[in-house]
Amino acid sequence: MTGQSAAAARKQLAVSPPITRILSWGRYPKTAHRFVHKPAWNDQVPEILRTAAPGSLLPYGLGRSYGDSCLNAGRELIDCRRLNRILGFDESIGLLRCESGVSLSDILDVFLPRGWFLPVTPGTRFVTVGGAIANDVHGKNHHCAGTFGAHVRQIALHRTNDGLVICNPETNSDMLHATISGLGLTGVIAWADIQLKRVAGPWIDAESVPFHSLSAFLDLTRESDGRFEYTVAWLDCFAGKNLRGIFFRGNHATGRGKEFHVKRGPQLPFALPSWTLNRHSVKAFNSAYYAMHAFKRKAAALPYDSFFYPLDSIRQWNLLYGRQGFLQYQCVIPETKLEAFEELLDRVARSGMGSFLGVLKQFGSAPAAGLLSFPRPGLTVALDFAMRGERTLRLMQSLDEVVEQSGGALYPAKDARMSPALFESSFPQWRSFVPYIDPKMSSSFWRRVTEAQ
Amino acid sequence: MKKVVILGATSGIALEVERQLARRGCELLLVARSPQRLAELQGDLAVRGAQQVFTHAADLACVQQHAAIFEFARRTFPNFDTVLLAYGSMHDQKDSETSVDTLLEELQVNFVSATAILTLFAAELERRRTGCLAAITSVAGDRGRRSNYVYGSAKGALSLFLQGLRSRLHPAGVRVITIKPGPVQTPMTDHLPNAAHFADPEQVARDIVCALERRSPDVLYTPKVWRYVMKTVQEIPETIFKRLSF
Repeated sequence: MTGQSAAAARKQLAVSPPITRILSWGRYPKTAHRFVHKPAWNDQVPEILRTAAPGSLLPYGLGRSYGDSCLNAGRELIDCRRLNRILGFDESIGLLRCESGVSLSDILDVFLPRGWFLPVTPGTRFVTVGGAIANDVHGKNHHCAGTFGAHVRQIALHRTNDGLVICNPETNSDMLHATISGLGLTGVIAWADIQLKRVAGPWIDAESVPFHSLSAFLDLTRESDGRFEYTVAWLDCFAGKNLRGIFFRGNHATGRGKEFHVKRGPQLPFALPSWTLNRHSVKAFNSAYYAMHAFKRKAAALPYDSFFYPLDSIRQWNLLYGRQGFLQYQCVIPETKLEAFEELLDRVARSGMGSFLGVLKQFGSAPAAGLLSFPRPGLTVALDFAMRGERTLRLMQSLDEVVEQSGGALYPAKDARMSPALFESSFPQWRSFVPYIDPKMSSSFWRRVTEAQ
Repeated sequence: MKKVVILGATSGIALEVERQLARRGCELLLVARSPQRLAELQGDLAVRGAQQVFTHAADLACVQQHAAIFEFARRTFPNFDTVLLAYGSMHDQKDSETSVDTLLEELQVNFVSATAILTLFAAELERRRTGCLAAITSVAGDRGRRSNYVYGSAKGALSLFLQGLRSRLHPAGVRVITIKPGPVQTPMTDHLPNAAHFADPEQVARDIVCALERRSPDVLYTPKVWRYVMKTVQEIPETIFKRLSF
């Protein structure tokens, strides 16, 4: 009735072949896992931890991390997606208590009709609460709301040696701080208290404004950040120093607006052949995309899902990049190093390998919610690169040089290849995180960037 | 369908059914073994829109507890109109071949106890001349297979029991639905090979809720394709079938 115990499952693992179907969102690297635990109830988690070998486990959610931070090659995962219950909701203040496998999509479905919205949302709704905390994700409102972790009031954490640990700003605040942005390494989150945000309805008053230079982008940011809760820009990364893009900004509409239903779009059924995405097709796409928005510059009321989650309308869009998958490069560069930023874009443009997902945003100055939080004051850019072997990796290495020299940082949730040295310079405080790691936890990412076993 | 009793409320398929019923604002009575899990579930379903959620912790495999379960339902949830039996157990077939205790336990959980509790609720609905009884059996019950015939025979026997019960309750206007899912991704089947290709429990639950709401069918195969697959499987002559190893 309840499936197998963790011990019985592990016995079976001796004979079963490695599990190769679990990949991260970028579908690179290709890894095999020894076993995937699927607890359906929180009371099953302690036994999984207890019977595991040291450094053998990692919690896994919806697998939207792009690189290897959600993978544990050759070892085991704890798939938390069945831990998806809402444990309580205080309607008077909008405080939600839910298990870690609840998705942001689920929260929106249940609470948006009642007038509550996520305090912070990344560019996809298909991430779990556990994943949002572990990566301390940010969104278009970073300049006024900070990261997701800033809205986590309390968590309960399964730890191998300490049982269920309650962490909030009063008790175990250091563990709370480490778990937010802790990449799942501090334990399995049993449940978390999240502060939701009151909204009038599901509509966003949005504007799109074309821009033609970095200084124009900065002006738009300066002008908009006080007036708009959400700001982000799309970037044509083929343009190089002659930067061009579209600046999107919006606020929650104050009226309820008319009814609407979330559309579930088409799904890519299989990985496209890799030749379909090439320099010319992507360039054409970027020009068309730019023209479309440049000509219809105006304000409009958009449904929240097309404003926040345009890519979610094509499920499995990651298959666009073919069987070899793709890499995402998201870095932050201090505002004082604008020339470094231009150099970075120039290198991308000259390589001709850029793609249609260039996203640009200026982070706010809110203090980091977690010990290893990525957002910090500066300009952040996220770029996709189809994986084409050595030359893709070489390009990214040349971008690394720029980031490192400028004193910037790379985002672990998007990374599959940064060097230990760049991790060190991005997160010089990482050694103070080590004592918080649960003895049973490890990840492909962590072993790679810290050169640990 | 507004007031639903779920027997085996913490089983993988039941969890999805309950969620969809909650969204429709149904009232629920959940019966399962673990009081702690029931409490978590109760909170979840209440937030998701269930009008009211009652819980009763009991071991449905133990027939001695049935009278108390039934009494609780009649007392606290007197106007229930639908009963869904959703529990089951699937041991490794090999264990049932070597241990008679395991074999009997498998039959006890999947068949004996199920018929016992259904009989209590059937009498009540028959007396009231209204309502719906549904039970989850399995496509495994449509033909005995080498790899899974113990579970299959218990579920097949339950399907036969429901067939007769349906005929008995028909004059009273009480519906009896036999639900035959193919393999579904739940904790019960995680250890089986190819579990990643099994049906999505959400889809299966959608079919079940749909069948509970409508007047047909009497026998639900979910996902639908299994109706035709099993029809074909049943047509294979025994002389050939006995040589197949699946």
